[in-house]
Amino acid sequence: MGLTARPDDTGIDAGTAGALTEVEYDPSSQQGWVTTRLDFLVNWGRANSLWPMPFGTACCAIEFMATAASKFDLARFGMERLAYTPRQADVLICAGRVPFKLAPILRRIWQQMPQPKWCISMGACASSGGMFDNYAVVQGIDTIIPVDVYVPGCPPRPEGLMYGIRMLQQKVMNERMADKTLRDEMEPDPRSHLYIPPSLIDELSEPFGNSIHQTRSTP
Amino acid sequence: MKDVTETFEIVAAGAAVASGPAPTTPKNVPHRGGPENPSAEALRAQFGDAIQKVDVCWGETTVYVAGKRLGEIVRWLHDDPSQQYDYLADVTAVEYRETEQPLEVVWHLRSLPYRRFLRLKVEIPKGAALEADSVWEIYKGADWLERECYDMFGIQFRGHPDLRRILMWEQYKEGYPLRKDFPLRGRFSRSEQLRQALAQNPEAKYSMEELSIADAFAELPKDMRQRLSAGERTGE
Repeated sequence: MGLTARPDDTGIDAGTAGALTEVEYDPSSQQGWVTTRLDFLVNWGRANSLWPMPFGTACCAIEFMATAASKFDLARFGMERLAYTPRQADVLICAGRVPFKLAPILRRIWQQMPQPKWCISMGACASSGGMFDNYAVVQGIDTIIPVDVYVPGCPPRPEGLMYGIRMLQQKVMNERMADKTLRDEMEPDPRSHLYIPPSLIDELSEPFGNSIHQTRSTP
Repeated sequence: MKDVTETFEIVAAGAAVASGPAPTTPKNVPHRGGPENPSAEALRAQFGDAIQKVDVCWGETTVYVAGKRLGEIVRWLHDDPSQQYDYLADVTAVEYRETEQPLEVVWHLRSLPYRRFLRLKVEIPKGAALEADSVWEIYKGADWLERECYDMFGIQFRGHPDLRRILMWEQYKEGYPLRKDFPLRGRFSRSEQLRQALAQNPEAKYSMEELSIADAFAELPKDMRQRLSAGERTGE
């Protein structure tokens, strides 16, 4: 169940997590030839027909539209069809800042997407909150949903997004069917609705750069 | 009630009053001073002491009025044939960094027939109850503007039909974000903010029935109509 029931203060146990996802594979052995070939075929099909679900909230969505339009032409990568329903989508492309009010909606969309599914966090705001280090904006959508590829930029150029998509395609190509944990849904803690520990969220969203000079008053 | 098409014709034809000014681009507008909006003088004549101060800045007239008579004044500006402020552009508020300076509630009015812009301000001294008259009875468009002003500044609008938060979610507990005593990053820690945000359950308020299904109820499949009339929620 991945990161579900972890109590707050234990942190990420890298050893166990690594052991869970590791798959025995000896390239020189002929054993498992059929499954690896099948893996290749399935992944080839998946990687080249990713249907994106655009979740565009800000200027990154404009760049996303430019990427999908004729000059950059997302269709070249098998993303011919934009799925405006999460039920028929493979990749959630979160383009733009996500305010706290939108956080449960973004999570609901992610939960509605069927497996296999991936997520691209496009731009600085989706990845880290960007310049919006304030009371209203989620400091990185990875605090709400798992993210596969982060695309930096403010906003990223279409080339940047296409590079991110290519990275995601490589990631899909390297997936193994033998790895049973790949398709695990991350179930948030029913009490706090969070799936990573609160202390980690606080640590990740610590102010940096100029904003460390601003103070927080306690309630 | 006045015929609506008549109003549209006035707008399409230009100035409502034959002697009114032709539309021009203002030139050499001074920062302070300059000709004030004729409505200011009319307000002084009509309401006397309730008009506290008139200020002209970059050609725009600001009238400071007494909070108690605000509703009456806006009603007169809207109804009087010599004013006809038929468009409420904005309702907002200002809090200044100087702690002794009063908080201001601002109304932006526009008269389409007379091509006039008027800004009304009511000052609320520090420490006094944050209350103002609602103009919802006069301009129905004030509904969301006043909700936003309430959400961000905590100003209670007397007479508003449905005064609740609009930008932040309804269970938001941290206070009023645009007030000067509100810390930029909010009062709670990030994880607590996220926890509360994820617990907000938006579908409790914006259900599928409210948004769409109610309109198309007659066209739904029979089984779905039965399920809905039995009280089943379709939010998920």
